[in-house]
Amino acid sequence: MRLFRWMIGVVLLAVFCYFNFFVYTGQIYFKLINVILVSALFVLFRVIFGPSPADRIVAVDILGVLIVGMLALLGLQYDQGFLLDIGLIWALLSFIASLAFAKILEGRSLDD
Amino acid sequence: MSLAVKSKIVVFVLAMLVWLALTGLGRQEIISGFVVALLVSTMAGQFLITTHKQKHLLHRWLYAVLYFFKFLWEMIKANVHVAYIVLHPLVPIKPGIVKIKTNLHKDAAITVLTNSITLTPGTLTVDVNEEKKEIYVHWIDVKATGIEECTKEIGARFESVLREVFE
Amino acid sequence: MIREMVGMAFIFIGITFDFFGVLGLVRLPDVYNRLQAATKCVTFGSAGILFGAFILQGFNSFGFKALIGIAFIFLTSPVAAHAISRAAHRARIPLAKETIVDEYEKDKELKEQTT
Repeated sequence: MRLFRWMIGVVLLAVFCYFNFFVYTGQIYFKLINVILVSALFVLFRVIFGPSPADRIVAVDILGVLIVGMLALLGLQYDQGFLLDIGLIWALLSFIASLAFAKILEGRSLDD
Repeated sequence: MSLAVKSKIVVFVLAMLVWLALTGLGRQEIISGFVVALLVSTMAGQFLITTHKQKHLLHRWLYAVLYFFKFLWEMIKANVHVAYIVLHPLVPIKPGIVKIKTNLHKDAAITVLTNSITLTPGTLTVDVNEEKKEIYVHWIDVKATGIEECTKEIGARFESVLREVFE
Repeated sequence: MIREMVGMAFIFIGITFDFFGVLGLVRLPDVYNRLQAATKCVTFGSAGILFGAFILQGFNSFGFKALIGIAFIFLTSPVAAHAISRAAHRARIPLAKETIVDEYEKDKELKEQTT
């Protein structure tokens, strides 16, 4: 059963890679950004169906770091430096948000 | 010169350099960066350096470079290990939380050690007991459960270099 | 020419490890294992993408921002992972059933008895 699910996953991944890299005609950076967007879909799966609150917090924390890489690729594509500024601020805010979520999960309030 | 003043000067220079690298050289940027760096370093500058130095500066920097390359190598190994586990059809894991000991004393050294443990193969720092100098580590592939073996397996590869850098 | 090839190679490696980390987030059984896989691989992957951007752009404003971003990610990501794992363990979120040893739980019970 487990092996069967693994094989379905491999086939789906191969189909996605074929359509993304050989059928879709676009700039190379857009192809790479598509891979990161599919990863973000997986992260959103974990946010929506996570069995415990900690799973959702982990997923949100990881999403913040993924977005930094995506914004770096967008900045390379359009040759604009300010997109990386947005990425730095995003990473900072996501870090502080994860710390605050962890504190709430632990059962303490925010002002002690 | 007291220690707090020295620490504030170091914080001011670092903040100014980071600001100039982020924005570029212009009159407005230099003036606003100067004001903000002065504000930050007078308000929160005394926490960076808290003890006097004991060893020669060059000695510490050489060991810091050595530590950097060692850390990079361990990190590449960690990523290949995680990729192997994730791509394997049966997910071969054997997790557990173990306890290791450390001999470092400074807060900065323990922070760097725990961050390195988090980013190296199969281990994740869960908590630090500061009085007894023990670190609780979640290990994805447990090979030993005793405290001595775990210390030798996890912490010893960084601790000897970190002692040269920080103490 | 060779600079562009090296930069693109770093970006490809980074995106591959990003994807593996997110796959680990979906496949592994409990919070702590997911946190391990995701933190390691996504940190390394995003740092790889930023370093590739630095190589492609050279020493201008964009490149310096990429370097500062690498330092920032390496400093903050393990701290967030540590905080989340500690909070999850104190909130009594159960470990996976494959777990073979849990020293932290033993010591916590011992601490609560003595105090």
